[in-house]
Amino acid sequence: MVTTKSLKKKLISGDTLFDVVNFILLSCVLIAVLYPLYFVIIASFSDPDGIYQGKTYLLPYKPNITGYKIIFGYKDLWMGYANSLLYTTVGVLVNLVLTLTMAYPLSRKNLIGRGFFTFLMVFTMYFSGGLIPSYLLVRKLGMLNTIWALVIPTGISVFNVIIVRTFFQSSIPEELYESAAIDGCSNTRFFFQMLLPLSTAVVAVMVLFYGVGHWNTYFNALIYISDRSKYPLQLILREILVVSTEATRGMGEAMRREVAANGNLDKQRLAELIKFGIIIVSSLPVLILYPFLQKYFVKGVMIGSLKG
Amino acid sequence: MRHSAEHREIQRNLRKQKIRFLKNNWDLYLFLIPGISYFILFHYIPMYGVQLAFRDFNPLQGITGSDWVGLDHFQRLVTSYQFWPILRNTFVLNIYGFLWTFPIPILLALMLNQMRQQRYKKFIQTIIYAPNFISVVVVVGMLRVFLSPRVGFLSHLFVALGAKERMFIAVPEFFRSLYIGSGIWQTAGFGSIIYLAALASVNPELHEAAIVDGAGKLGRIRHIDIPAITPTIIIMLLMALGSALAVGFEKVFLLQSPLNLPVSEVISTYTYQVGLVDGDFGFSTAVGLFNSLVCLVLLILFNKISAKVTEVSLW
Repeated sequence: MVTTKSLKKKLISGDTLFDVVNFILLSCVLIAVLYPLYFVIIASFSDPDGIYQGKTYLLPYKPNITGYKIIFGYKDLWMGYANSLLYTTVGVLVNLVLTLTMAYPLSRKNLIGRGFFTFLMVFTMYFSGGLIPSYLLVRKLGMLNTIWALVIPTGISVFNVIIVRTFFQSSIPEELYESAAIDGCSNTRFFFQMLLPLSTAVVAVMVLFYGVGHWNTYFNALIYISDRSKYPLQLILREILVVSTEATRGMGEAMRREVAANGNLDKQRLAELIKFGIIIVSSLPVLILYPFLQKYFVKGVMIGSLKG
Repeated sequence: MRHSAEHREIQRNLRKQKIRFLKNNWDLYLFLIPGISYFILFHYIPMYGVQLAFRDFNPLQGITGSDWVGLDHFQRLVTSYQFWPILRNTFVLNIYGFLWTFPIPILLALMLNQMRQQRYKKFIQTIIYAPNFISVVVVVGMLRVFLSPRVGFLSHLFVALGAKERMFIAVPEFFRSLYIGSGIWQTAGFGSIIYLAALASVNPELHEAAIVDGAGKLGRIRHIDIPAITPTIIIMLLMALGSALAVGFEKVFLLQSPLNLPVSEVISTYTYQVGLVDGDFGFSTAVGLFNSLVCLVLLILFNKISAKVTEVSLW
């Protein structure tokens, strides 16, 4: 009796210790992930000198919106923004059409040639022609410097087709097809009138996965787009945040005005400050939508992890 | 004799069934047309174009018309003084990256799964998944401002920890740590979802029975949770190992500087450099093909081993 009691006690205290350590470790993880994001936000509202002297750690130093004023006057950034919105919208539409139409027949277990078509698709995950043959193809198709180079060669992600196919298979019972067929409903009508309305969850997941992908990528634009007026946001960001110390080139006008208005402002320090604001402004669409859409992202990964 | 007659009968019925299926469901194949055309045009035609690796590309004659040079490009590749360092960089970056980025999501999932405060747990999840949706350009941009000498807080932190003040972003010694560290920051949280999903499917009765038997939390993690996610771990392991040579282009390219090039030039950036910057199409294709083939062979190899040892296989 005594021994079981003490055993239980030991066990409980061991588990309590575990819970405490677990709580502390996860809180550290939380801070490590959150702080950089938080720092960007407070820095973007700070006085450039505050950042420069390391006075901005927990709260903005002399909060102001000088940085944002300059950013809003920076035309190239907004041009990139508009381009990216266009590329993302058109890109997602192309992705949806191709992915949904591909996944539907593959989700039908009795489709003749299903194995062959699946192989044809999955093989491209493991082997590809590589950069140059793809580039030459896009060039030959006359897509260089057009939106099509950004939305068509990336038309389908195999992984996403598998997610949608698995979703169709697991959420639409086979009997539904059969009874629809008996009622004289064609596969095409079934797709539009039954399947799609029942699949809004997976369509939402696809819009998100593809949408975030288009918004965040720059590689295809780097190789296919040379006309600066067609640059997506990420390439403009690359110029400002990564490549150049000449971040101020296009911002010159707005920046000169601010410097003239306030003699204490140092141009180089201002350029650093602006970077924080630009990070915020460029990530805004994703960050605003993210909390509402998080459950769909999680859902997508979960469907994808089902082996179908 | 009877047997073969029966067999023929079955065969005939099967064919009839197939014909009936095709007759009733021909429109399903219409659905496949856009997707399959896409794969043929943008994946299989470039695969056919990979013969460029064996040709001396001439823009006037096109891919199939250019002169055949056999294995010249490959010979040039393996004898190039740049080749081994680049191959080494690619492997080392991948292996270090793998050692760090593979276990962390698993640990996070196991820890989150034990978390009792549900609302706090949800909050942590929301935050640690978020960086996954920030673009690499922004992540590298953040690294740059955090590390800029005297200004950035990370650079303050490093100096406080005893590092010498310098351009951390540009020096070769820091390249791998920055690449991997920022990768963990960005993807580890989101990577834990797949394991959390596997953990959610564990039967709670198992845990209850274990508690009755006097098992503590650590014991339950070891004997219930870890076995439950092992198949998932192996699948993820296979995918990671199969891409041992496939270091992504986007982030490495952004982190490159003339100073750190000796450790930061990897196959994908080299392919870009010699192909699209220097215009050596044939050679670049050969480098890419070499990369693809090594990846493919590794993947098949690891999958075979896994199928034998653990009975888990990718296909």
